[in-house]
Amino acid sequence: MTVTVLNKENFKNEVLQADKPVLVDFWATWCGPCRMMAPVVEKIAEEHPELKVCKVDIDENPELAQMFNIMSIPTLAAFKGGQLTGTAVGYQPKENVLKLFA
Amino acid sequence: MMDIIIIGSGPAGVSAALYAKRAGADVTVISRGSGALAKAEKIENYYGLAAPVTGAELEADGIAGAKRLGVEFMEDEVVGIAMNDDFTGLVVQTPNRAYDAKAVVLTAGSTRIAPKIPGLKELEGKGVSYCAICDAFFYREKTVAVLGEGEYALHEAEILLPHASRVMLFTNGKEPTVMIPDIIEVHKEKVVAVESENANGTERVSGLRTEDGVLTPVNGLFVALGTAGSVDLARKIGAGTENNRIVVDREMATNVPGLYAAGDCTGGLLQVVKAAYEGAVAGLAAAKYVRGLKSL
Repeated sequence: MTVTVLNKENFKNEVLQADKPVLVDFWATWCGPCRMMAPVVEKIAEEHPELKVCKVDIDENPELAQMFNIMSIPTLAAFKGGQLTGTAVGYQPKENVLKLFA
Repeated sequence: MMDIIIIGSGPAGVSAALYAKRAGADVTVISRGSGALAKAEKIENYYGLAAPVTGAELEADGIAGAKRLGVEFMEDEVVGIAMNDDFTGLVVQTPNRAYDAKAVVLTAGSTRIAPKIPGLKELEGKGVSYCAICDAFFYREKTVAVLGEGEYALHEAEILLPHASRVMLFTNGKEPTVMIPDIIEVHKEKVVAVESENANGTERVSGLRTEDGVLTPVNGLFVALGTAGSVDLARKIGAGTENNRIVVDREMATNVPGLYAAGDCTGGLLQVVKAAYEGAVAGLAAAKYVRGLKSL
């Protein structure tokens, strides 16, 4: 599975109406920890077909960051059934991200 | 671009410098003042000491020995590290300039745990931040505070100035150790709580309560107390940390290419022997990494 790139047009469909739990990586190009997070997120997308893995460039989509009160990046957000169920802030190893779905 | 910058000149940093230098790399140690070792009154459990020495003596001898072997030492305070734009090296930021290096070894000791201010931990990611470069974006035209009193805090405040409408410095009971420009409002009272409000179902920072009972409204708080420790620097670049220690593999490598860590900042025994061993491993690994880049 690849990482789905989100914007305000597809967010509702891809995340809020998804048929499985969704991981969303809120990131930006200037953020060092976000750059380290990207390969981890890609790996999760590869290894965990039971999850939908997405990312939001907050510079291009500030309204999506605002909608969920994101104030630090990277923020890894877990959604289940259209609801935000947990977040982790800063670089996180794979195990920590997966704990959001435990 | 330099080969290797080592941040910290304690037993881990100096050992890393010695082994990297002997392995053929150019090595520069950047440090500011003494660390935990200099405070040790007597060291007598380290290999090869016929009589006890003070920590300060051991530290001074370590630095003198490394200088004799050609290691460069610079007195400066590191306030940030980052990857360069094309991922080919690392940038070490000090108050007045940036240094490019192929590899960096973090040996700046362990950081004391953040002060127990109610709300500080709970509101991390909800207005409390440890990385101005990452999060300044969220505070356009907003009021932000930086918690700290030195060069590190000033550096974070200066990153925020072009974005935020107002930047304040809360020194938490301390006197500022650097000149703070007039544009940054300084509050010296102790901070007793980070207050929050509920916005669309989630908590977020709303202000800082000081010991005089005053509540100063702020939208965000950036933590930059004292000098930036190894763990602070690791978090800014995206190296894995856990319980206030840096996560490393057997070669003392972090998850960031070219970034190594050794000594107290990786957890475990806070002992010279452990710092020296880890420094040696990190120095060799960093030198090997630099050689690998050259052969590309």
